[in-house]
Amino acid sequence: MLLIHCPYCQEERPELEFRNGGEAHIARSRDIAAESDEAFEAFFFIRTNPKGLVYERWRHIHGCGRFFNAVRDSVTDKFLRVYKAGEPKPADVMKNLPEHSAWENIPPADQNVETPARDRVSTDGEA
Amino acid sequence: MVEAITVKRRGALDHRLETINGVSLQPAKPARRVSLRAEPDGLAPLSKALGLDLPTKPKTSALADGRSALWLGPDEWLVIDESEDAEPLKDLAEVTVLHSAVDISHRNVAIIVSGSKAADVINAGCPQDLGLQAFPVGACSRTVLGKIEIVLLRTAPDTFRVECWRSFADYAFSYLSDAARGV
Ligand SMILES: [Zn+2]
Repeated sequence: MLLIHCPYCQEERPELEFRNGGEAHIARSRDIAAESDEAFEAFFFIRTNPKGLVYERWRHIHGCGRFFNAVRDSVTDKFLRVYKAGEPKPADVMKNLPEHSAWENIPPADQNVETPARDRVSTDGEA
Repeated sequence: MVEAITVKRRGALDHRLETINGVSLQPAKPARRVSLRAEPDGLAPLSKALGLDLPTKPKTSALADGRSALWLGPDEWLVIDESEDAEPLKDLAEVTVLHSAVDISHRNVAIIVSGSKAADVINAGCPQDLGLQAFPVGACSRTVLGKIEIVLLRTAPDTFRVECWRSFADYAFSYLSDAARGV
């Protein structure tokens, strides 16, 4: 089980107490009626869904009840940073990362890795 | 002719009492409970009205004259008073600073879990660290027990108060007694 640090409870708590709240830092228009259909669609439906660093809202629903924000790596599921709701998006998360991270949102073509084979040849005796 | 009708309130866990493997499970006495929400400027007047210092540190509680206030969130407390004539809501009614106080006396019931293996029994369904260092006497937290949400308060090194919603009381009691069979 993951342990997630809640910035309000100020300690790590089991993930069962938390609920994901979708992408963070999506600002609602101050004049939503004036939005164009395209702008509203982008606001309402379109999410970045990157492979790598994701900025998300989380809620400590079975704890203090508070919403907060977290930076999580969608590849490793590791939480890199948590911060209180209303605080700005941290700019320095990309620094201080361990060296061999797959988190840096580098397009696969730019990574010096071979594309994994899609078809696996099954071998006898393998489950 | 008018017949006299007597109405008796029955608790959700009346007559349930178990001691298994040295762990005792018993329903707590009826209590007055208040769900209290307030901003920091309400702390002092509300504390004064309640007769205790509302805790501001996460996972802590305050106890004075049989009345406890449990920190549930940065602006949320659960007040529990087991004394016969306690009226925490009345005490709070005098406070003029903006706050919300809702009587939830009958929304919750509590189970007292005690015995040397009490923490193990609760840990069967609650993923928090209940070691004495992480969860000392007086520590409290809203958390989960199996499929339900509970508020947990440690009242002694080997005693916990498990508060749950009334309709979940049967589930909570059965869950804990099953767990006690396994420790
Ligand atoms: Zn929390």
